[in-house]
Amino acid sequence: MTALEELRAEPQQAEELARAWKNRPGPLGWISVTTHQELGMRYIVTAFIFLLLGGIEALMMRIQLASAENTFLNPARYNQIFTVHGTTMMFLFAVPVMEGMGVYLVPLMIGTRNVAFPRLNAFGYWIYLAGGLLLYAAAFTNTMPDAGWFAYSPLSGPQFSPGKGVDVWAQMITFTEISALCVAVELIVTILRLRAPGMTLNRLPMFCWAMLVQSFMIIFAMPAVMIASTIFLLNDRTIGTHFVNPAEGGDPLLYQHVFWFFGHPEVYIIFIPALGMASSIIEAFSRRPVIGYPALVLSLVANGFIAFGLWVHHMFATGLPQIGEAYFTAASMMIAVTSGVQIFCWLATLWSGRLQPTAGLHFIFGFLFIFVMGGLTGVMLASIPLDLQAHDTFFVVAHFHYVLIGGTLFPLFGAFHYWFPKFTGRMIDQKLGKITFWLLFIGFNCTFFPMHILGLHGMPRRVYTYVPEMGWGPANLLATIGAFIIAAGGICFIANVLKSRRFGTKADPNPWDAGTLEWSTSSPAQAYGFIHLPVVASRYPLWDQEKSKDIVTGLRNDRREVLVTTVLDAEPDHRLVLPGNSIWPFLTAVGFSIGLYYSVFAFSGYWIATALGMIGIIGWFWPRQPLDIRP
Amino acid sequence: MRFAAIGCFLLALTACERERRDLRPSPAKVVVFGDAAIQSQILPGGGAPRASVTNPFQGNAYAISEGQRLFGWYNCTGCHANGGGAIGPPLIKDHWIYGNEPANLFDTIVKGRPNGMPSWGAKIPEYQIWQLVTYIRSMNNLEPRSATPERLDTIEQSSRTILPKSEGEPR
Amino acid sequence: MTWGRMPSCAPVANRRWPGESGTRPKLATCATMLFSLASAFGQQSSLAPGGTHASQIKSLGVFFFWLLGIIFLIVIAIAVASIFQRGQSTQDEAAQRRLKTAIAGASVLTILILFGLVVVSVGVGKEISAPGGRGNELVVEVTGNQWWWFVRYLNDDPTRIVVTANELHIPVGRPVLIRGLSNDVIHSFWVPGLQGKRDLIPSRVTTQWIETNEPGRYRGQCAEFCGLQHAHMALWTVAEPESQFQQWIGTQLRPGAAPSDDLQQRGQEVFLSHACVLCHSIQGTTANGQVGPDLTHFGSRLSIAAGTLPNNKGNLAGWIADPQNIKPGTRMATVPLDPTDMQPLLEYLESLQ
Repeated sequence: MTALEELRAEPQQAEELARAWKNRPGPLGWISVTTHQELGMRYIVTAFIFLLLGGIEALMMRIQLASAENTFLNPARYNQIFTVHGTTMMFLFAVPVMEGMGVYLVPLMIGTRNVAFPRLNAFGYWIYLAGGLLLYAAAFTNTMPDAGWFAYSPLSGPQFSPGKGVDVWAQMITFTEISALCVAVELIVTILRLRAPGMTLNRLPMFCWAMLVQSFMIIFAMPAVMIASTIFLLNDRTIGTHFVNPAEGGDPLLYQHVFWFFGHPEVYIIFIPALGMASSIIEAFSRRPVIGYPALVLSLVANGFIAFGLWVHHMFATGLPQIGEAYFTAASMMIAVTSGVQIFCWLATLWSGRLQPTAGLHFIFGFLFIFVMGGLTGVMLASIPLDLQAHDTFFVVAHFHYVLIGGTLFPLFGAFHYWFPKFTGRMIDQKLGKITFWLLFIGFNCTFFPMHILGLHGMPRRVYTYVPEMGWGPANLLATIGAFIIAAGGICFIANVLKSRRFGTKADPNPWDAGTLEWSTSSPAQAYGFIHLPVVASRYPLWDQEKSKDIVTGLRNDRREVLVTTVLDAEPDHRLVLPGNSIWPFLTAVGFSIGLYYSVFAFSGYWIATALGMIGIIGWFWPRQPLDIRP
Repeated sequence: MRFAAIGCFLLALTACERERRDLRPSPAKVVVFGDAAIQSQILPGGGAPRASVTNPFQGNAYAISEGQRLFGWYNCTGCHANGGGAIGPPLIKDHWIYGNEPANLFDTIVKGRPNGMPSWGAKIPEYQIWQLVTYIRSMNNLEPRSATPERLDTIEQSSRTILPKSEGEPR
Repeated sequence: MTWGRMPSCAPVANRRWPGESGTRPKLATCATMLFSLASAFGQQSSLAPGGTHASQIKSLGVFFFWLLGIIFLIVIAIAVASIFQRGQSTQDEAAQRRLKTAIAGASVLTILILFGLVVVSVGVGKEISAPGGRGNELVVEVTGNQWWWFVRYLNDDPTRIVVTANELHIPVGRPVLIRGLSNDVIHSFWVPGLQGKRDLIPSRVTTQWIETNEPGRYRGQCAEFCGLQHAHMALWTVAEPESQFQQWIGTQLRPGAAPSDDLQQRGQEVFLSHACVLCHSIQGTTANGQVGPDLTHFGSRLSIAAGTLPNNKGNLAGWIADPQNIKPGTRMATVPLDPTDMQPLLEYLESLQ
């Protein structure tokens, strides 16, 4: 029985649920939304806007580097732009967009109605938006940070980075980090406690596994960057501590260690959800369960652990003790094993599947090509002697764009083409999708492949120009041309989304005939997700429908109620009433943001943040009687 | 170039003095020897009031940091330590014999003062003198707080060592 | 500040390097860039090594390249083949088991290959960082500054300490120990033709050995982002036979050449009476500023502004008149100079051989 039939069969229930999950009208209603689809979509759209801004910055850099001694940007501006580009892509695009996909899809995939903490979810979004606004408001008032997205001390210290740019950068990190922690906490609890009955951990979809691992990584990695950016750097800059200021006895390497203890896992935080997406897309378009589910899950988890053990490979050139070098070389190469296992599983799945040449699958093949190459250059960089030559050159720029764009953006675009019907209720144009893919794929390789060679021929990173004698001009010009091809691909994608959203053919609940639960609800999914929460008896409930036709009954439809199940076996435990619409997350976020914005200028900002935040939280937790919370 | 134009427009709209970076200041003029400040309103023969001189780097963070660097480079520290004063007078104080307005400080650096302060007018280019002036004023919290970096721990010590003072020594 | 208020480099510069024949390969085409892996480029390539260490690294890199390249091709071949496979063996149990065995086998193979790579890497890593001293080593202190290199040849005899800037002369066949320091932010000493990079970190001393058997010039560049002019912080390493090197040291030990004619005499006066002396020093004169490069033997240097421009009178004039035009943000002050003083100053500085 599909959800659509149910919907027809039980219009009254649907109506009741729709009333319980409705958002309030008007702008006040808009800011008090707590449903996961709305917030997830806001995350995704906001993140794509930042992607666009980051992309424009990238184009400006490429124009500047197109020829030797170009004068399109001056050095100060160039430094600011590459800093903001890196910061935007890492903190304002990559992590949030993955969180957005998780927030949107996870509850649907595990068969529940919302995330475990809807108001925290809303708070996380508003804080993220506030952080992004802080950086770009600063950028448009000429207060851009210019010490790189890594902001190494002492260059980022008060002496060498005058002005407020770096303070803004450091505090912006706080925002995105609070937001990431909120989402991580709520996704972990959602995945562990809100799964549909019968969905044991062994039957969890790959994407949810990926989000679970990613969320745990966020919880362990993000506090490190808070220590680096806020406690070390911001305090050094604003209240005169000397944690990382060598001129007064601080240690600049301490900053690097703490920063990369976050910075390396960050790469995997971005990239592990993409692995989950790749698994989902491969399953759907090869029309078969993924081969080696346990191996895939274990390697995801192992990835999560190992990612914390190799941060030092960013610091090989600082001169480490030899035993440390050997250890971190080995650890860095170990991550290639777990990634390799996943690639092998996917290859086997593709090999034995009936492939459907959709745009989504195109992106997966592009992902395999680019990501494997990025992974192999990563193996090169794990080797200390090679790293000492390639470190901080364009070779590294090429490497991490291969890994991050290839490993993240391609699966993400694939995911967008795959889940588009669920997001919008309409099919995305496959032909335009394929054009997008080819533009991106060709443009990408055209941009970043020459950079490998540039790096080996001695072109360092983060240079705003180069002298003509070096012979780097032609390859750089090629890279610039490639960047514009990528931009064309981006425009094609936006056009496709806008067009298909309006004029695409209406989508069935399960247009791809995929196996996971999100495809059992209507397209687009209703705010309440499912009319009856499903009961699951296999890993691919829609492919094995004969196994279980059970549904959960007994939940009240006139309020936001979900079923809590046990952690391992997903046996029904108790009913939980989720809070409805609330304006307090927004107000709390505004209060915190005002204080944190001001803390860029004075330490007393923290007191303001605490006071205003507390007011918000009091309102947020004000007990309501009776306890059944209506929208 | 369109991005540049849009960016230019937006920045012009909201650009703020604090973050401005004159990497290429106007070609250094030969300095106005000691004409910057009006030390007395009473002029012989009732001369015409002179145009007031303003510090081009007022409130500018980059100028303050450049000034801080030059303060060390040009060996101001040799006499004034980090600002606490040694064989020269401290530069962190309330009472200034020759005034602490930008124009006064500019004059002091350009012309020198009796009892030891040399004249730097012939040596240091004008824009760098203004940077030094801005830095010295920032030490006294006369520049906006948002443009002033945190002060050195040793800023008020009257020697160049960074060792902590031994116990019992009067502060 | 508006966009493009400061040009990034003087377009008038004469870019011919001293001692260089006129037939420098000027425009490597895209194709040569991509497919010829050597020469054609400036002397700053890790693929055209001259040093023993860099050669070892290159051999390792070539090994990695072929091994990993083959793996890449195999993986992509399988992926492409799967497109044409059309699921012939979909749900067949035996086929499934075969695939799972293949996955396990590939994983084990991956582990073995990576283990081998770790062993090889650590081995080469040990070799390139091993102390090269055989009792005849030369110890050079390289200090990073925003944005130039201070170079000091250490010697037990303080009168034989040589100081120079943005240029490193090393004798062929003798191991050289680079002691890396920094005066401000973190820089990274990197001469790709000789050795991998080593960060110069304030408050620390880092060390690195370089050695070469081939005389020649190797360009190096700062590899750690160090602020506005990170892009223009290069240095030349000149490897020369021992005798020539000793001769060079001998020259460097002498005080600056005395002016030999009126014009140079006038130039010296200009130098000593302007802001130049606040930062620069010339041994044998009263100029002893300590914060800028030592100019005692300026005339013999290859480049000005840390490898930005070849050292000749035209470029020097442009540099002195408006340093911020050539290297926006540089610490070199724009010194107001009477137009008639420029020529004597140039004559004097270039005479400092």
